[in-house]
This record gives sequence, structure tokens and C-alpha cells, in this order.
Amino acid sequence: MVEIKEIEKSFGRLNVLKGVSVSIPSGKVVAVLGPNGSGKTTLIKCILGLVIPDSGNIIIGNDNVKNSWSYRKNIGYLPQIARFPENLTVNELFRMIQDLRKGYANIAEAERCKEELVSVFNIQSFLNKHLRSLSGGTRQKVNVILSLMFDPDLFIFDEPTVGLDPISCVRFKENILKQKEKGKTIVLTTHILSEVDEMADEIIFLLEGKIYYKGSPDELKLQQQEATLERAIARLLEKNDNKINNQLPGKNN
Amino acid sequence: MFKILKYSFYDVLRSRWTVLYFLFFLVSTFALLYFSGNMSKGIVSLMNVSLTIIPLISTIFGVMHYYNSREFVELLLSQPIKRSDIFIGQYLGLSFSLSLSFVAGTIIPFIAYGIFVSSEVWNFSLLIFTGAILSFIFVGLAFLISILNENKIKGFGIAILMWLCMAVVYDGLILMVFISFNDYPLEKAAVLMVNLNPIDLSRIMILLKLDISALMGYTAAVFNQYFGTTNGMIMSLLSLLGWIVFPVLLFNFFAKRKDF
Repeated sequence: MVEIKEIEKSFGRLNVLKGVSVSIPSGKVVAVLGPNGSGKTTLIKCILGLVIPDSGNIIIGNDNVKNSWSYRKNIGYLPQIARFPENLTVNELFRMIQDLRKGYANIAEAERCKEELVSVFNIQSFLNKHLRSLSGGTRQKVNVILSLMFDPDLFIFDEPTVGLDPISCVRFKENILKQKEKGKTIVLTTHILSEVDEMADEIIFLLEGKIYYKGSPDELKLQQQEATLERAIARLLEKNDNKINNQLPGKNN
Repeated sequence: MFKILKYSFYDVLRSRWTVLYFLFFLVSTFALLYFSGNMSKGIVSLMNVSLTIIPLISTIFGVMHYYNSREFVELLLSQPIKRSDIFIGQYLGLSFSLSLSFVAGTIIPFIAYGIFVSSEVWNFSLLIFTGAILSFIFVGLAFLISILNENKIKGFGIAILMWLCMAVVYDGLILMVFISFNDYPLEKAAVLMVNLNPIDLSRIMILLKLDISALMGYTAAVFNQYFGTTNGMIMSLLSLLGWIVFPVLLFNFFAKRKDF
């Protein structure tokens, strides 16, 4: 589905991605993990064409992300921070995005899907409110609906459950699993490892701009001989720290 | 691109500031026509007002609109829309709505005073036309400055400084050059220097059309030779168009390479 080849990106002197190559198979839930500042969001934004990599290629289906834009019709993106034109109401926003996607998606179907999601996330009473007056959690729900309503083949969620209340969180996860059953590809970043354990088929662990581990959660647990994913990842990071410490001069004697 | 143009056009038209801009031109044009009592004088006075105000307001609006629509742009960038369509659509949306406010604000009073039956109708059309072109030029320059500066305050400062240079400082510089190099033939240099500033270029185009260039002395004779002819007129129009096209192309160039 998504083929990432030797992506490099630096912002000024900060080298964020140092040659990341990975392929994301169709119909799988892939979790991108890593500490803060490891390049998760940058990698995701490269896939969307929001950030333009210094070198390397990303192929989605048959499209090279470079110089192409129509491939985004197959992507539903949930950004980390919901940024909307503040002077629109929620309904106006939905209508505008539907209008912009006209010709790329089935609008009647999207409208029906939106109606359903509005009641799932219980935001009927906010539909005619201006976006600037919404709380963080409600904005995140609007964000979630926007990313789900066009029924794309590829979902990209950047820390999707941040700011959602527990009920919405559960409903969101149910929805993701439903999408997975339909054969959709899902890429998500998160810091909540229980979510990864519940949903992910595969983990991509980024560290300092490189892929440090790639494989299924169960394999990782087995490999590190830990019962929970949290501990397995902690063990993985500890080994990395030891390796660095051992390379420091004066540590060996 | 037309969808983006439509959305940002309505977005700008709905804001109070465009209404205020429209009302400003409406009131001041009525006032100028009332006090000068004469259509031709009214046009000259209006020219002086609009050659200062249009670049200033277009610059400020351009910078404000660029920074305020960042959220909108980020939302659009993850939709199946071409990057340059988003940015050029926004540029055209803002420029059209500002031009519309200016044109509507000035044309209504002139119609009330009977411009269509007077001999000044072509001179007035030229003023309207250059006013609209100046809106496009300065919105483009403002967008270019904003995309190069992530920091709002810095972008705003540079944009205002650019306006100040073109509207005020540049004329002073020209004057200084003329005085210090008084002994040399400066006619060609003068024509070149005028072309390097869209505000001066518009002013001279209108003044020469108004046939009051005799008031401007010897240099005006040279200007008349250059700008007065059809060729000169075409050249200066091309020069104004260049002032639209190059900043917008540069803006588009940077927009394509920007990370969000």
C-alpha cells in the first residue's frame, strides 16, 4: 500500500529523518512508536505531502507522492492538533470539505456516514456552533469525523485519542477495528501502548530518525522476554542506552 | 482552484474590514467630488488618495489574511487539492475582493455625478484599472513576504517597510538622484527608475492621460515621449503586469517547497 524508500529530512541543522525505508502492507494496522521528537509526525506528514522530504521516495498505490496530489483522495488524515478556519460552524466545515472532495468521493455516502458518526460521538448539539467556541475534545471529535467520513482506503491517525473522553475513545477504537475488517490500511502514532496491544498488527519503532525495530507486538514481547508491550519497549530502549553509555570513553575501565 | 477562490473570496467579503474599505472609498469619493466640483479634479484627487491607500491596505490585508488562513491551508493540504491551487486560489480570492471593494466604492459616486456622459470616462476607467492592478500587485508582494517569514510580527514589519519604501522613500530617493546628478542627462534613467516602482508607474500613467503633464516640467516631456505613445503605454502596462506575475510566481515557488 505505502512504500517508503530512504526518506531523509532535516529542518535546518536538525536531522529528523535519517534514511527511513519501510513498507506498509494493505489491510494492516501499523503503529508508529517512538519517543518525543523521534520523527513520527514528520514521517506521517511526508506521506501526506505536507512536509517535503530532502531525498527519497514515497509510493502510494501507483502514485509517487512527489509532484502528485490526487492520491490524497484515498487518505483520511487526522492531524495531531485540530486546526480549522475558526469562523465557520461545524456544519459549514463539513459541507465545505464535502464540496472540495466532490468528484473524488461519493458525497451522498459521506453525508450518511457523517450523520452516523455525529450520533456515535454525540455532537448533534454542536453542529451549528462556531469552531472557535468548541472545547478541545469536541474539536478532536469533529477532526475524527472529518477523517472517517469519506471512506478512504488509507487512514492516517496522529495521536488520535488525545483529548477524547473514555466513551469516545472506546467508540473510536471500535470504529477502527471495523475499518480493519473492511480491509482498510491504518497507520497511527500513539504513546498509549495498550492501544497498540489492542489494535496493531505491526509496530514501527522510530528512534532518532531511524527505524529501530519493526515487527509484530507479540514478536517484540517474545524477543525481549517480557509479558507486556510496555516493558518490552522499555527493555529495548534500555539496551540502546547501555550501548551508548558503553561507547562513552572512561566507562570501560 | 475556483472552489478555493470562491471560499476565500466569500470569506474576505464577509469580514467587516472589506466593508469598511468599501465605505471609505464611497465616502471619500463623494467628498472629493463634492469639494472639487469638477470631474477632472476629482479624478486627480482620488488618484492621490488611492495611490497611497490601495497599496497600504492591500499590503496589510495580504499579510493578515495569509497568517490568519494558515489553519484553513493546513486543512486543505491534506485534501486532494493541488498545492499551488490552494495558494493561488487564496491570492486571487483576496485580490478580487479588495479590487471589488475599491471599484464599487469609487464607481458609485462617479455614476451619481454622471461619469458615463462626461468626457472623462476613459481617464476614470484608467484610474479604476490601475487601482485594481495595484491591489493585485501589493497582495502578491504581501503574500511573498509572509511566506518567507514564519514570524508574524517580522512579516508584518517587513511588509509595512516595503510599502513605506515604495510609497514615500522611493520618491525621495529619485529626487535626491535628480538633484545630485543635475548636470547629466537623466531622462532614460528616470524612465527606468519609474518602472521599478509600481506606484510611481501608475501615477505617471494616469497623469499623462489627464493631460496635465505640462505642469511637471521638462522631465514630463521625456515621459510624454515614452509613456504618451501607444508603445510606451503597452510597455508600462507590461511592466505593471510583471509586478503582478513575478512576485506571485516566486510566492508559488516557495509555497511548493514549504513544510507544514
